[in-house]
Amino acid sequence: MAEHSELQYTAEHEWVQVDGDTATVGITAYAADKLGDVVFVELPAVGSDVAGGTVVGEIESTKSVGELFAPVTGTIAETNDAVVESPELVNSDPFGAGWLLKVTFTELPPLLSYAEYSALIGE
Amino acid sequence: MTSDTAAHNDSTPTVERFSPLHQAHVDAGAGFTDFAGWQMPVRYSSDLAEHHAVRTSAGIFDLSHMAEIVVTGPDAGAYLDYALAGKLSAIDLLQAKYSLILNRAGGIIDDIVVYRTTENEYLVIANAGNRFQAFEALAARAARFDVTVTDRSDDVALIAVQGPNSRAILEATAGLTVDGDLSALKYYRALGGTFQAGTVLIARTGYTGEDGFELYVDVPDAAALWDALRAAGASFGLVPAGLASRDTLRLEAGMPLYGHELSTSTYPAQAGLGRVVNLAKEVDFVGREASEEGPSAEARVLVGLASAGKRAGRADYLVYRSADATVADGVITSGALSPTLGHPIAMAYVAPGLARLGTEVFVDVRGTRIPATVTALPFYKRQK
Repeated sequence: MAEHSELQYTAEHEWVQVDGDTATVGITAYAADKLGDVVFVELPAVGSDVAGGTVVGEIESTKSVGELFAPVTGTIAETNDAVVESPELVNSDPFGAGWLLKVTFTELPPLLSYAEYSALIGE
Repeated sequence: MTSDTAAHNDSTPTVERFSPLHQAHVDAGAGFTDFAGWQMPVRYSSDLAEHHAVRTSAGIFDLSHMAEIVVTGPDAGAYLDYALAGKLSAIDLLQAKYSLILNRAGGIIDDIVVYRTTENEYLVIANAGNRFQAFEALAARAARFDVTVTDRSDDVALIAVQGPNSRAILEATAGLTVDGDLSALKYYRALGGTFQAGTVLIARTGYTGEDGFELYVDVPDAAALWDALRAAGASFGLVPAGLASRDTLRLEAGMPLYGHELSTSTYPAQAGLGRVVNLAKEVDFVGREASEEGPSAEARVLVGLASAGKRAGRADYLVYRSADATVADGVITSGALSPTLGHPIAMAYVAPGLARLGTEVFVDVRGTRIPATVTALPFYKRQK
């Protein structure tokens, strides 16, 4: 499944779209495909502080449980209520309507480029 | 994001095996998973869609990884009465029976389905992961009997068509001829037949809780039969279905899976399979003495658990008698958010004191204790 070239990535199969001091975060199509049908998403509370690299949520499919990591240190500005109501959005539109979090950050850690992430997943 | 699926995919099996239908699965866009060394379809597009298709129309599964062991000879029935927990000499021609291979200690080496294919020949279907253990146990028990035990797993493919439309699909399949009337075929009965020039065994059996059929076919004919079934099924809502949906289907149907609910250290009585061990037969079958003694009074027993919400307890999650108990009184062996019922379901081994229907217990779901209620199995029963 093609990933998006304009985004940045993490080794935990998340994508990050940076806009000023806000990072929008979701999981990649590769990750969604590996998980199978997502049936439950748990996201952190808006306003909570998160540390980069720590687990902040869960993504459950019929077969398995995935942990959602905060790719950056900051404050949760917004979470996607639609995806909590309709977890299947993670599968049907992982880069769009299936986004998970917006985090306000002060410093952006090094992330993977599209080329680096593509190499990681062997595409 | 990390997941146990991803971790699982990192493990490289030493010998990868491929189904004779592998190319058909690749062409159909399947994702694959390792199952006992076999690369088998885990899903084609969506496990939920495949699950629902089996409940409402039909799904087709490749089960060619399963093991086929043929027992033939004048003593075949008497031999199986000794080697297995059930009385196989008593089954009719073309009847199937669910049975167990026990060890001397009464534990379960494998759970199997046995077909009587002729007066003196039986076909034993063992789990892929237990192929060699099952064959070795059966071969070792044959010494005193005039029988031949042959592992034909590499020669035989298995295709299951499951769901309310499955009979119509088989009847519409070009090249498939059945020696009899499928509409009159009872559950756990089989018929012979042919597909093109080869022979097939068509059984009304399955592992989904729906009406359905399992077709045993020689490997060279398997791909053509798969294609013919799919072509016939196109107008009946037939979809190819992977092992992910097979697992949620069998869990809803309350059917045990070896390695989860069953093991060499599990007594049949603990797993609710006491009825499968025939203590009335006058045979000193392997495991009889231990089965007569039975598990200890404290031995955990298999129960169904149902809970509210969406967070499912999964295999290996611990079960507690209260929200603050520090010592676990049980463990989940299989669990998922039930696609049909919409709430979490699980099978678990619990202390006998917690096994009564309606008992409230707590499942530790990654640090949160979630209440669950002991519930009768199966969770799902089709309307007949």
